[in-house]
Amino acid sequence: MSQMFSSKNLKLLTNPLNLENPITVQVLGICSALAVTVKMKPAFVMALSVIIVTAFSNLIISTLRKSIPVRIRIIVQLVVVASLVIIVDQVLKAFVYDVSKQLSVFVGLIITNCILMGRLEAFAMANKPWESFIDGIGNGIGYGWILIAVSFVREFLGSGSVFGFPVMEKIGAYSIGYVNNGLMIMPPAALIIVGVIIWIQRSRTKSLIEKE
Amino acid sequence: MKANKLRQLVDRVKPQFEKGGKLSKLHSSFDAFESFLFVPDKVTLRGSHIRDSIDLKRTMTIVIIALLPALVFGIFNAGYQHFLSVGQAVTFFSWQAFGFGFLKVFPIIVVSYVTGLGIEFIVAQIKGHEVNEGFLVSGMLIPLIMPVDVPLWMVALATAFAVVFGKEIFGGTGMNIFNPALLARVFLFFAYPAFMTGDRIWIAGMTKGAGVVDGFSGATPLGELAAGHSDKLQDFMTLFLGAIPGSIGETSKLAILIGAVILIVTGIGSWRIMVSMIAGGLLMGGILNLVGANAYMEVPFYYHLVIGSFAFGAVFMATDPVSSSQTQTGKWIYGFFVGFMSVLIRVVNPAYPEGVMLAILLGNVFAPLIDHFVVQANINRRLKRATIKV
Repeated sequence: MSQMFSSKNLKLLTNPLNLENPITVQVLGICSALAVTVKMKPAFVMALSVIIVTAFSNLIISTLRKSIPVRIRIIVQLVVVASLVIIVDQVLKAFVYDVSKQLSVFVGLIITNCILMGRLEAFAMANKPWESFIDGIGNGIGYGWILIAVSFVREFLGSGSVFGFPVMEKIGAYSIGYVNNGLMIMPPAALIIVGVIIWIQRSRTKSLIEKE
Repeated sequence: MKANKLRQLVDRVKPQFEKGGKLSKLHSSFDAFESFLFVPDKVTLRGSHIRDSIDLKRTMTIVIIALLPALVFGIFNAGYQHFLSVGQAVTFFSWQAFGFGFLKVFPIIVVSYVTGLGIEFIVAQIKGHEVNEGFLVSGMLIPLIMPVDVPLWMVALATAFAVVFGKEIFGGTGMNIFNPALLARVFLFFAYPAFMTGDRIWIAGMTKGAGVVDGFSGATPLGELAAGHSDKLQDFMTLFLGAIPGSIGETSKLAILIGAVILIVTGIGSWRIMVSMIAGGLLMGGILNLVGANAYMEVPFYYHLVIGSFAFGAVFMATDPVSSSQTQTGKWIYGFFVGFMSVLIRVVNPAYPEGVMLAILLGNVFAPLIDHFVVQANINRRLKRATIKV
């Protein structure tokens, strides 16, 4: 047990949250970060779906890694990811239909999410199943927390609510002339917010700044 | 004598701000105030340099002077339009109109300067560089391109956005890709469309709607045209003189023309950009005249120069020396492109009643690319001339 949660393995879980964050450092998976972050609820469900898919696809590919022929490995990876995404999609449709409607095509597009292929190629093909599983969860959370942070700002400023709860209305901001910011609803706002997160992160950790 | 006293005071507190002094962290703030009050005593010590009496401070001051006619006219117009909307007859150049307009416009200017300069000073202290004069013009341009009834907190927010995301992020004055003043406006345009478009926001006090005469429309000429009322368009002279609803500084083309003359005579604004932008706008207007698919397209092409902010954009916005093209050929191409796109967006896209703002920002994006090709073409031409014979 202690072997399973060694400090090396914990690093796999915590590194993607900050220093190796898939969105802010590796700049992967930007497309869905722009598309599903208007409201917090879809962003949360999306984050959860990606965590599940990265974790299990990493696990499965890592288990199979020795028997996958190198020349067709991408196809095999795609088949595994696609099956997992279909399962997730069906579950969403069955239990949270309205959110699944809002996410529409983006759940299906998890298949092409760069983070997934990146982790499978870079990690799962060369590491043991358990490490790969942790790595998948870590990267999923690293992606997810950025998504939730961005969607918090966008929903709070753009719609005046948090998780659908109308905060601005409850504290009476509209009656003193406050107006929701329409720019936050539009996709460019997500780019700006991701940019600001990267800005903050880099000014806190100097090691991320490239030498000229 | 008075000036000397001030000089003495400044000299007395100066050591505190020098390196090692108690307040050395605020050095750049002190520097800014000193060079605002007096001619700085810093001179180049050695080496040969090309000298010119025009420095950043003078350039900015001249632009401000060029903006004054538009500003003063805008103040009169703000008051005049207000009294018109509540059914009181006042003459245009009256103290009443000026007084009312001043009380409406002045707070916007103050908010713009306080927010923008505040951020500039803070950033300068943190980064330890000098506060420069870059915001002087932006701070004046921002109020001039706002509707007079815009809430002040929006002006503050937009200014903050423009200074932080338009300028400081790229490295401050002279490094920005986009024109900061236009960025402030585009931010408001997309963030709070209800306060930046429509037929009430252009008249002071009309948003609240108190005492507005029945049947009075505060729509701008562009607003009327976009709504399909091309029959309500005023005649050319009215539009040129500018006693019409619109953003504060954009309505009077006469005042803008005076500013343009000042900029061109002093060599600060590029006449190439102004001329080519007007040419581009006229050409697109002409093409649309020929197409003539609807009433808007049939508006005579020269009208495009006097409606909306085309003139203001051409004289004060597109000519921004930082975000426009740098090469001379590039300036022709850039100006033409901006003018062409302005009229195209304005007429063809009903979602954006005014295309000048978007066209200039688009032009800003392409300016470095245009420069690149102009420079490259020059290199190729000279390489061809200098063939090496073996």
